[in-house]
Amino acid sequence: MTRVHDMGGRWGDGAIPVNPDEPVFKEAWHARALAVTLAAGGLGQWTLDASRHARELLGTMDYTRFSYYEKWLAALADLLVARGIVTRAELAAGQGDGISPLAPRRLTADAVPAVLARGGPTDRASAATPRFAAGDRVITRRPARNIHVAGGHTRLPAYAAGVPGTILSCHGAHVFPDTNAHGLGEAPEPLYTIVFRATDLWGSAENPRDEVTADLWQSYLDPAP
Amino acid sequence: MPHDHHHHDDDHHDHDHSVLPSDPALRVKALETVLTQKGLIDPAALDAIIDTYQNRIGPQNGARVVARAWSDPAFRARLLADATEVVAEMGLYGRQGEHIVAVENTPDTHNIVVCTLCSCYPWPLLGIPPGWYKSDAYRARAVREPRAVLAEFGVTLAEGQAVRVWDSTAELRYLVIPMRPEGSEGMDEDALMALVTRDSMIGTGLARAPT
Repeated sequence: MTRVHDMGGRWGDGAIPVNPDEPVFKEAWHARALAVTLAAGGLGQWTLDASRHARELLGTMDYTRFSYYEKWLAALADLLVARGIVTRAELAAGQGDGISPLAPRRLTADAVPAVLARGGPTDRASAATPRFAAGDRVITRRPARNIHVAGGHTRLPAYAAGVPGTILSCHGAHVFPDTNAHGLGEAPEPLYTIVFRATDLWGSAENPRDEVTADLWQSYLDPAP
Repeated sequence: MPHDHHHHDDDHHDHDHSVLPSDPALRVKALETVLTQKGLIDPAALDAIIDTYQNRIGPQNGARVVARAWSDPAFRARLLADATEVVAEMGLYGRQGEHIVAVENTPDTHNIVVCTLCSCYPWPLLGIPPGWYKSDAYRARAVREPRAVLAEFGVTLAEGQAVRVWDSTAELRYLVIPMRPEGSEGMDEDALMALVTRDSMIGTGLARAPT
């Protein structure tokens, strides 16, 4: 069903750690961790969905004790070894053993502005007519889960599973993370913004008029009964 | 798949990352060294990435969009209809901002943005997310008790204002257009920009009142 990253609605996390004077990168290594991760992603050996899932695959205890960029680093190390790009022995030694066959794909400094500016849009052309339209009542899959891979990546949060909601807007077809994270193809599907009443999500709400939205793919949804 | 080992996914003691140094600064250094020696990363490219997010891209970008929306009704209408196209025209398209949606605060509704599953955030408009945005507490609580969260940011909503929390679960990135503060009539775009805080564009703050 769910993993530790899927924490929406959880109790017990305490006060928000607000720090108005926080710099962009609190530690020099935070900046380095971000940059190494982006540059390694530029080798094109995994998708954004796969890198998200690699962070989700961190053990519950690691995920909880690691700071933000430590999660990034751990997931990066795991991906590099899993894809055969770096060996576990190289990581343990802290030394690379020979030039990689992927070296020609290295992101160079002069290419950085263009690569960051280009991004990675996920909308895809699709001839399929969306099943739902704005205003339609739908209900989300329950339990929230990847139906292709047990324990796999999904973007339906557990708190929003099995809950009735209303289609606010349709954004056309987008790459489907549940398949794309696992090398099963982009399989684009219509993506919708669904609005839920807070009272339907939580039983009681701070204010009965409050709402929560989520962006969900068509196969997560059924018409409301 | 990252974990095609003989053991179960959740046997975390055996994860490959566990062979790295325990000090995170040394962990980064080890990864950077290995990847550089293998010809897979260019240290100068890392410097360029850091410079981009430390010095070039930040909340001033989003503030420019908001100030223009406050000043120009036609721009505001286009922004609310198709923000991606409008911000791209302003040169604000890019990584982690490929699909932008602008949502407007009104006397009836206050909007607030979170990513409960990870840390999705409109990088080209606001830069790298602040630590609190990525914290477990914010991710867990913003959807269930947004008013309690807002109170911790010192924000109390007007009576009758509903809250709509946007959980960024896909590649859509949300920009909140805060309400234009009273007393800002007649101010030009540059002056208005100074009233637009980062938090006001996430929904955990309000625009500053002019002094």
